[in-house]
Amino acid sequence: MNIFKLLSDIEKVDGDVYERLEHVSRRSMFSSLTKKAAIAAPVIVAATLNKAYATTPGAIDVLNYALTLEYLENEFYLKGNGTSGLIPATDKPIFSQIGKHETQHVNFLLAALGAKAVAKPNFDFTYKGAFADVFTNYKTFALVANALEDTGVRAYKGQAGNLLTTEDLPLLEVALQIHSVEARHASVVRRLLNTRGFSAGLKGWVTNDVGFPAAVYAGEGNLVQGGVNLKGLAGKSDERISEAFDEPLTKEAVLAIAGPFIA
Amino acid sequence: MEELQVSKTLIERFTEGNVPSGNRRKFLKNAGMATAMGAAIVTIGCKKDDDPDPIAGTVDLGSGDVGILNYAYALEQLEAAFYIQAVATPYSGIPASELELLTEIRDHEVIHRDFFKAALGAGAIPSLEVNFSSIDFTSRASVLGTAKVFEDTGVQAYNGAGKLIKDAGYLLLAGKIVSVEARHAAAIRDLLMPLSTSFAGDDLIDSNGLDKAVKPADILAAVSGFIKTKVSGANLPS
Repeated sequence: MNIFKLLSDIEKVDGDVYERLEHVSRRSMFSSLTKKAAIAAPVIVAATLNKAYATTPGAIDVLNYALTLEYLENEFYLKGNGTSGLIPATDKPIFSQIGKHETQHVNFLLAALGAKAVAKPNFDFTYKGAFADVFTNYKTFALVANALEDTGVRAYKGQAGNLLTTEDLPLLEVALQIHSVEARHASVVRRLLNTRGFSAGLKGWVTNDVGFPAAVYAGEGNLVQGGVNLKGLAGKSDERISEAFDEPLTKEAVLAIAGPFIA
Repeated sequence: MEELQVSKTLIERFTEGNVPSGNRRKFLKNAGMATAMGAAIVTIGCKKDDDPDPIAGTVDLGSGDVGILNYAYALEQLEAAFYIQAVATPYSGIPASELELLTEIRDHEVIHRDFFKAALGAGAIPSLEVNFSSIDFTSRASVLGTAKVFEDTGVQAYNGAGKLIKDAGYLLLAGKIVSVEARHAAAIRDLLMPLSTSFAGDDLIDSNGLDKAVKPADILAAVSGFIKTKVSGANLPS
């Protein structure tokens, strides 16, 4: 039986068949390709991720949202790391490592989404002129990197609850695994901003709602967790309590922050 | 002791209504622990989940979302106890900046610990006895090396527990905490190997750019050497 002929026939009467059967047909194609050993590298990646396909509409939505943010981060670091004289040699290992991860995240999400993946937008890293010297002034570059990473942490956190259906649980785990990598990135960039004197006193964690740009940190000073105001818990200050919990951002808030980056 | 007292006060506030009285109720209800609240609290208290099993001498973390919260509470107890000791007896020649960093992390872990204790209320496991005999608190390498293990383990534990949580509110809480643990992990790694790739090193992050996610049984086995009290995760979701 020729599955491709079959699908082609069905398509004549059911235009959505590929869409609805995509998960099944992709799997079939991979196994068939694997048998024939005619495998391009991206297919190998995808085939090993068979438990991380986005199949539900909710998951496809979340992953495309994540992919858009990862496209943004990835291109930002590709440009920054590729601009000679921008990043001092001492700090290159950090930004190269971050950039490597963002490329891996893009590729991973593309594989998980298959034909459902959104296309990469064109980006304006000057943020409509606000960061005009982003690729000529290291301080601006590092500040934008920090903002992107802290936004990424909040964005993934805000979507975890949308991946709770049984078939999405493997993707929930993956989203958490990306989320903590973004938090590692954010921490080290924040520490670097302090070390280089760009944001004196900045620590790896977010204190109250302090940070630049302000919209990225809105609500981070929250002291209410699980419906209970933790003010005074364990005799600790508001600063420490706010640092101990990172806050999520809604998709709307993240897209409002990211919007000016879209050309 | 002072911290215990404060957290006890918080529990009293939960139950006595100095904070909006629905809060504790809402919290527990979210856990699926209670529909008829008063009865549920009494039931939990009577079940003596907060005492070690009298037969085996083992603390059972319990089942469902409450079990996962107790699992997190156990790990936060361990981390808090470690940093309390590390700050109380700082390693030789510790720079002020490093003592400040360790003090802040201590505070975060104590806050996490007391938060879980208060949230779990009568359903909380007891305080665990730790065993830090393998740690040389006078040595920077030993203290920061152990901190690195604890933070990375914490990240992996929360990452692995996420899909075992049923309630979206608890999942979000775990998410709020795990990224702070990841920030700690990166900072500690940056202290040990400044300006290197170690903060999210290839020893941890795989070729898809993913941090590790580890299931509770493996985490509990990995940290068992640091906990004198026997802890069982046998009834946790898997």
